[in-house]
Amino acid sequence: MSSLAPSPEDPAVSMTRVEKVFDSGRSGAVTALTGVDLAVAPGEFVSLIGPSGCGKSTLLRLVADLETATAGTVAVFGKSAHQARLDQDYGIAFQSAGLLPWRTVRANVELPLELRKVPRGRRRERSDELLAMVGLADFSAARPHQLSGGMQQRVAIARALAEQPRLLLMDEPFGALDEMTRERMQSELLAICERTGCAVIFVTHSIPEAVYLSDRVVVMSPRPGRITEIVPVSLGERDEDTREDAAFFSAVTAVREALRGHPDHSAHHASSTVRGVDLR
Amino acid sequence: MSALVVVRRVVTPVVFGVLFLLAWQLFVDVRKIPRYLLPSPSAIGEQVSENAADIVGSAWASGRNALIGLLLGVVAALLAAVIGMWIPLLQRLLAPLASAVAAMPIVALAPVLSIMFSATSDLPRRIIVAIVAFFPVFVTTIRGLSRIDPVHAELMHSYAAGSWATTRVVRLPGAVPYVFNGIRVAASLAVISAVVAEYFGGLQSGVGSRITSAASNTAYARAWAYVVAAIVLGLVFYLAALGVERLATRGRTAENP
Repeated sequence: MSSLAPSPEDPAVSMTRVEKVFDSGRSGAVTALTGVDLAVAPGEFVSLIGPSGCGKSTLLRLVADLETATAGTVAVFGKSAHQARLDQDYGIAFQSAGLLPWRTVRANVELPLELRKVPRGRRRERSDELLAMVGLADFSAARPHQLSGGMQQRVAIARALAEQPRLLLMDEPFGALDEMTRERMQSELLAICERTGCAVIFVTHSIPEAVYLSDRVVVMSPRPGRITEIVPVSLGERDEDTREDAAFFSAVTAVREALRGHPDHSAHHASSTVRGVDLR
Repeated sequence: MSALVVVRRVVTPVVFGVLFLLAWQLFVDVRKIPRYLLPSPSAIGEQVSENAADIVGSAWASGRNALIGLLLGVVAALLAAVIGMWIPLLQRLLAPLASAVAAMPIVALAPVLSIMFSATSDLPRRIIVAIVAFFPVFVTTIRGLSRIDPVHAELMHSYAAGSWATTRVVRLPGAVPYVFNGIRVAASLAVISAVVAEYFGGLQSGVGSRITSAASNTAYARAWAYVVAAIVLGLVFYLAALGVERLATRGRTAENP
């Protein structure tokens, strides 16, 4: 099926007039997303941010084909989200690392390869590579419960990258980590993206995290969930000084204002509309 | 183990057991309790050493029945649970049946099975043990198989893994602690039912038949000696099951049920 093969021109993700209604047709119907148009270029890092209930996770789950759009189209590398899932075109990581506790770190990383019947030797080679990349080469024989939360999340990221996907979907992967670990993981994630060249859709509720990581920050608002603004971020090469950069702060301010809806809203109103968003 | 833990876990129960036996001995000696009412620990001890060879032989006979029955029951329960998970209708049919089997007293079944099969066969006892062992394993396995971490379920879905792959990779290994929990319960029940099943006639080979025959000959100390054998047998089964459980779930966190 050569027509379905990804071509370099295809965007990593392309969503057109996407709508998602839960319990559609019933009295309790909830419109989780409406009128979503979004394109993510190959290699681009896009964050989704917004208060609870704005549909950012739902948007990610539509791309992952864990939910099906009620209307509109979701294309991943030019094919349907469903086909992309069957072809394993994306890797995914959730807030909970979701490692299988009875498997070693290595066996967890190899899980997707094992399911694809990749031969043992090739699997081992790949897991060696991946564990080295996330800095856990010495822990390949450990069990998940022996690792810290940050290390578990690194294993989950290595697992998501196992099949060399060109798209990485991440749903608040650092949400449960402490601030220090979180910042280190952000830098590591950027280094990994640099190496693998994969596009990333990253759901978060931390503004600095979104700004630090992204090429574009997609700001969403609830009831019904929709995209209100897309803030481009151009910080160039990130390093530890980036977080203290004037450009970083102005981008943080831009996202914060986008979340408030208007630049001059009163502080009181702002805090009520952006509940659930981390304004640090 | 620190010294304190050793004291608490080992020394304390041993001291208590010895004190209990001493009190029992004193009570029987001082109050001149007739032997047919309550034999003293020393009298039971004498009987144990006098009949040592036969105690070991009969415990072996009962133990073999319990083990074979237990294995049959466990295998049947695992098969029924896995099949039940695949075919929900079957599970709905099996669940009440399993409850009915669990509610059925072995005392009701033992004489019937002894008549159905020849009196010189160990088969009826093994069947009884299998039936008794089936239920706890079936129930815990069903519970273990039906519990799946939602993140694991989504992950497997994102890998486009079929339901058999999900069962093999996530559900079955996830159910292991539950299965062994059920087996531990079943192991104790297996010994009890193997011994009790012998009370209803049939082959005179096991601990249970020795207890009844000693009691009917008013050799109460000897009956007690075989009761001790039954207790030891039960403990051996329990500890073996516990050991296997620990072995099978080692390296896991506190996610055991």
